[in-house]
Amino acid sequence: MKNSNKRKITRRSFLKLVGAGSLAAAVASVGCSGPEGKSSSSKKKRGTMTYRITPTTHDKVSLLGYGMMRLPATDGNPAGKKNDSPIDQKQVNRLVDYAMENGVNYFDTSPAYCKGESEASTGIALHRHPRESYFVATKLSNFSPEKWSRAASMQMYRNSFKNLQVDCIDYYLLHGIGMPAEKDGEKVSGMDALKARYFDNGMLDFLVEERKAGRIRNLGFSYHGDIAAFDYLLSMHDKYKWDFVQIQLNYVDWKHAKEVRERNTNAEYLYSELEKRGIPAIIMEPLLGGRLATLPDHVVETLKQRVPDSSVASWAFRYAGNFPNVLTVLSGMTYMEHLEENLDTYSPLVNLTDDDLEFLEYVAKLILKYPTIPCNDCKYCMPCPYGIDIPAIFVHYNKCVNEGNVPSSAQDPEYARERKAFLVGYDRSVPRLRQASHCIGCNQCVSHCPQTIEIPSELHRIDGFVESLKQGTLI
Amino acid sequence: MLRRIRIISAVIVLLLVTWLFVDFTGTAARSVGFLAKVQFLPAVLSLNVAVIVGIVLLTLLFGRVYCSVICPLGVMQDVVSWLAGKRKKNRFGYSKPKNWLRYSVLGVFVVAVIAGVNAFVVLLAPYSAYGRIAASFFQPLYLLANNLLATIAEKADSYMFYHVDVWVLKSVAVTAVAAVTLAVVAVLAWIGGRTYCNTICPVGTTLGLLSRFSLFRPVIDTDKCNHCGLCSRNCKSSCIDSKNSAIDHSRCVACFDCIGKCHQNAISYKMRPLAAKREAGQESVDNSRRDFLATSALLATAAVVSAQEKSVDGGLAVIEDKRMPERKTPILPPGAISANNMADHCTACQLCVSACPNGVLRPSESLSTFMQPYASYERGYCRPECTRCSNVCPAGAIKPITKAEKSSLQIGHAVWLRENCVPLTDGVECGNCARHCPSGAIMMVPSDANDPESLKIPVVNTSRCIGCGACENLCPSRPFSAIYVEGHEMQRMI
Repeated sequence: MKNSNKRKITRRSFLKLVGAGSLAAAVASVGCSGPEGKSSSSKKKRGTMTYRITPTTHDKVSLLGYGMMRLPATDGNPAGKKNDSPIDQKQVNRLVDYAMENGVNYFDTSPAYCKGESEASTGIALHRHPRESYFVATKLSNFSPEKWSRAASMQMYRNSFKNLQVDCIDYYLLHGIGMPAEKDGEKVSGMDALKARYFDNGMLDFLVEERKAGRIRNLGFSYHGDIAAFDYLLSMHDKYKWDFVQIQLNYVDWKHAKEVRERNTNAEYLYSELEKRGIPAIIMEPLLGGRLATLPDHVVETLKQRVPDSSVASWAFRYAGNFPNVLTVLSGMTYMEHLEENLDTYSPLVNLTDDDLEFLEYVAKLILKYPTIPCNDCKYCMPCPYGIDIPAIFVHYNKCVNEGNVPSSAQDPEYARERKAFLVGYDRSVPRLRQASHCIGCNQCVSHCPQTIEIPSELHRIDGFVESLKQGTLI
Repeated sequence: MLRRIRIISAVIVLLLVTWLFVDFTGTAARSVGFLAKVQFLPAVLSLNVAVIVGIVLLTLLFGRVYCSVICPLGVMQDVVSWLAGKRKKNRFGYSKPKNWLRYSVLGVFVVAVIAGVNAFVVLLAPYSAYGRIAASFFQPLYLLANNLLATIAEKADSYMFYHVDVWVLKSVAVTAVAAVTLAVVAVLAWIGGRTYCNTICPVGTTLGLLSRFSLFRPVIDTDKCNHCGLCSRNCKSSCIDSKNSAIDHSRCVACFDCIGKCHQNAISYKMRPLAAKREAGQESVDNSRRDFLATSALLATAAVVSAQEKSVDGGLAVIEDKRMPERKTPILPPGAISANNMADHCTACQLCVSACPNGVLRPSESLSTFMQPYASYERGYCRPECTRCSNVCPAGAIKPITKAEKSSLQIGHAVWLRENCVPLTDGVECGNCARHCPSGAIMMVPSDANDPESLKIPVVNTSRCIGCGACENLCPSRPFSAIYVEGHEMQRMI
């Protein structure tokens, strides 16, 4: 990399590189604006978006896909996060317009997102644009057992057309394949849930028919959890002809999914199974639920040392986009700043070198040394019937782990400061009545967690830790 | 000079005592907690001989310095009176002592203390009256200001300040009493300076009996005095009879205002000649309008005395507020020893209530224990690491205990209510009470004795239960918990 700096390069390719933020150190010295080689701001000219082509419908899809699961609410938080504030439709429109101006054409929603409000909001924003200028993806999110019937599932499917204000859905997914469920107090495995949700009620056959009729252009599924369900569906590729499959892929999950969560499967396996069959992969959780954007200070240092003005998150996006069989990488962008940053990363994508890949593998191992909880704040577990704010508790705990505010001993020289930061921050992020002490361990949340976190036992562990800080019993 | 020392020390004491009542961190109790313990009535009720002897000696030596410097209600009146004085100078005048009133109030008060008529005793105790005012009005303001700072700190990513719950109306009756007390005392101070202290306050009257004989006292030099009356028009105790160049030392609160006012330098604070003649207090009924106001205001004060289905992501379930269960016996703060001890010693100053960081203590509204503290667990529970109430109590109503003692001090016991218990009503696992019991007194057993796999319900080993209320507070059943604490009249070590 250093050598290439010195070589003569054309202005265009130079801008491309700078736009991708990979030649940070060079910017100041070479100089691209302002008098005497000084910059007045970090604003750079953006190149054009990278696109990928689907094998079946030959869609030209932007590498950056817009995930509509964390839309902004009117109070400035992601919708459904802390409050009942409605989605800020004006801001959603603005974000969608800006994304489309800059080449994004893939929008992914679901009837479950944002307390069920996302789909309609997406429809409103997209309907303002010509139908051929975007691809919209939604899902059959019939998780809860009362939606397993054919009638309920059918209603959900039909409703998506109404919400999105379209005649055909470009990408339709069986949502959350492999997620275990709970019916009448009995645990249902991911495999059994799959059968109940799509096979026994004939929904899958129906959807294949819909594809034939042109109301669904691409049919696929998103996978979380039970690997048997993934293998089972892929084994029937010849029958169902999956147009795409949505998987979780990032530089930690590539080789270390099991270390993050016992029941997860390495992205390396998932991706190669798809590549083998020529099925394009759509990537979700490129940031491991935001965790790869908010890393422990020490890890941030390591990344920043390599390229000082590349954002921490951009590494994860470049990693996901680096795989040629990836169609699009989804990012749930709440704020314009996220969108800008991701547009920079993918306009155009600058591929990672083998050296970079090795480096990210090293970073992944570094991250795994920190005992964070693999929660990615997706809120599938919410609402907790007893009022606990589960993701807020995990987010706070992870933040404290990353910032080094989880004292391991009262002898720690920084004990008093860390204790205060943990406890005061806890009360700020989670109201008392919604804290872990109120978790009764009813286990109703567990089956909703796509990361299969043992939520109650983690909450009880955190609560025990809080008690030991409050009572001063940490040794 | 004397006056300046008096003012500076009085302001410092008032600020520190107020801080003691508004502070929520426990720092004030640790550093200036003694200021509550040197108050006269709490010292009498806790039989704190050293403090009583100290105050008696102080008064015998220097006059009613206690009333001018140590008593927060007295200093508060001086502040009000000072403000009133900014509008109108030379506004006081000599009046004869209202002996019939002050001695009968003192007499009734002593009888009430002996007979245990708490409502009356706690109403008149000056320090407690101030405590109620500070706890009812100043603490919420202080907490709101703190929360404002905490919000700013949060924005600045600082942990310097943290948010606390502001509980404005702990008890409507107590707030009303505090409001009426504040209004009466402030109006009296605005009009007549120390009228309250010299006609109603039992502590003032008691100390007045001593200050008649005080060694040091302000005296008028009859040779220099030209009877201009400037001193009596500036005496907030209305105790200088300038016509006769005489000072009623039973009412003088040793404020030293008169010394500097006298243009003739006729007043000085000096040791009495040991064989001086005693001035006889003239007793007569004064029916001025001012006193009428005072009396009716006092009467007015007395009158006042009398689960959710999931199909979409996100959102938060509504949490219903807890409601207080009907307890046969009220729960007393740990260290109170017994209901009798509480009744005998508590002056209802609200210091423990304002010191409680968990929203557990609040003042009683029942007449027999009026305004005295009791515990309930809707907002929090009596946490194992906290012994603040026992450490601040100046009156010996809550004896100091350590954390270790608290962990085995039984103030009540938990009672299980089958009809509210979540495993039985909602059919889910719970056990939150057992998980949080600090003394391991709760065990989870199968709800169906014949089926070891059935959902588990809690059973209480009452011999180990200390009544802290963790189970009651953290029980998911709302508004009434499925496990609640019954108080014990006598607290005991287990």
